[in-house]
Amino acid sequence: MSEVGEAAQSAVSAAEVLIHSIAGLLAGSRHVAVGASSPIPGAAALYTRVVSNGATRVSVLGSRRHNAFTNGGVELFDLAAQGRIDAFFLGGGQIDGEANINLVGIGAYPQTDVRWPGSFGSAYLYYLVPRVILFREEHTRRVFVPKVDFISAPGPRDDGVYRPGGPHAMVTSLCLFDFDRVRRRFVLKSVHPGHTLEEVRDNTGFDFDVPQNVSATPAPDAAALALIRGRVREEIAETYPKFAAQLQG
Amino acid sequence: MTVISVAELAGQVPDGAKLVIAKDESGVAMAAAFALVRRGVKNLHLVTVPVSGLETDVLIGAGCVATLETSAITLGEFGLAPCFSRAVKAGAIVLKDATCPAIYAGLQAAQKGIPFMPLRGILETDVLANRPDWKVIDNPFVPGDRIVALPAIVPDVALFHAPLADRQGNVFIGRQRELMLLAHAARSTLVTAERIVEGNLLDDEARSGSVIPSLYISAVAHAPRGAWPLAFGDADGVDAEWMGRYVREAKTQAGFERMLESALDGSAGARLAA
Repeated sequence: MSEVGEAAQSAVSAAEVLIHSIAGLLAGSRHVAVGASSPIPGAAALYTRVVSNGATRVSVLGSRRHNAFTNGGVELFDLAAQGRIDAFFLGGGQIDGEANINLVGIGAYPQTDVRWPGSFGSAYLYYLVPRVILFREEHTRRVFVPKVDFISAPGPRDDGVYRPGGPHAMVTSLCLFDFDRVRRRFVLKSVHPGHTLEEVRDNTGFDFDVPQNVSATPAPDAAALALIRGRVREEIAETYPKFAAQLQG
Repeated sequence: MTVISVAELAGQVPDGAKLVIAKDESGVAMAAAFALVRRGVKNLHLVTVPVSGLETDVLIGAGCVATLETSAITLGEFGLAPCFSRAVKAGAIVLKDATCPAIYAGLQAAQKGIPFMPLRGILETDVLANRPDWKVIDNPFVPGDRIVALPAIVPDVALFHAPLADRQGNVFIGRQRELMLLAHAARSTLVTAERIVEGNLLDDEARSGSVIPSLYISAVAHAPRGAWPLAFGDADGVDAEWMGRYVREAKTQAGFERMLESALDGSAGARLAA
């Protein structure tokens, strides 16, 4: 690699790699919705809207300019049940190897030792949105546990429940996983630049599949970077000004 | 309808009421919540639509809440809600954890005057496992298709803050349409308004679709900056300095009480009364 190439590469931030890789997971969606406190997924959705020439509709909750809902908070849930939301993002204080997620707390419910905000819409959207992308930056064994303490939303299983949706992929600060809904296991897809498979293994508390050749997560090229640092940064700034300021560098 | 004071409005929330409140973006009647604390309301069954933050944390910290029905309590970018966390750990409140669309569905059932609303999702969760009041039924049209039935949530009182009200009691809510649902579902609706306008809000066809007609409204109080310290609309941002201090101080009950006192009586209180 030339010196110029290396310099350009080192200038790519971790957030930009995440935005770019999440955008790759959203390609072809008709309608992407983004929940609260989600600047990186929001930026990825807005990026997708630009590169699709507006073919991908985006609804960013908490935004005035990038959210056209006029029927209150219920509108997102009604759309999802009709199959009119293709992609959504969920996180979790704990996530286990079967893609069960816990947004409630650690310890025995209800008097949990640690209490998080609550399940939000996860106990519903996880079943109904075809491409749910699990996004959790902190990649540690306290997050990625063998078994969650509380199931806010269950990973897919063969239980006859109406479930056109479910987990599609999981993005962390270290790597990108696919989720195999039949085998109910995460499959490592790529490791982000600057990180290793060993690091992923050491920091994950559940078993996952590792294909023979694990690739590196592609970093955004010059055109993608220019878009992220330009129009996408401007658009996400309305909802997440502090985050947008960080993108500039 | 006469426009009453915030204190008088708070007087219309009885002890033990099932009180339904709005999420931060919809319009939170913080001035009225502080007035509820001042009047010492007790044993509230609080229902948040569908999530809440500071308003619920203050009411819990001040000992006003017996039961909390919610999908999430968070102070957003300021962090976790300290009084809520403390009350959960101590078992000081009865917790009815929900999921956002289930709260909307319960209110929609109330709005329609029907006993329950079916809803997708929710099956096989620990949310459902801890809600004996939620039932799993067979879709009567497709046997074997299990679906969750949510009982109607019929609030005694709905309370929120709105941009405009007129002296007939019509309330303009802009695109915050879920406030319409709160008002339709509740037995009585109490509103604080940023501005009171002369004339009749329903006369303007361009905005009448975003007006809750007075038939649902029990009382209106004039409360400029009535969502403080929370944000309201485009004009009023969140009081980040106060919120930052709250999230640090309220980690202890004594610290919470100091913050509450400053909000009720100090310069902040003077702002509320202004």
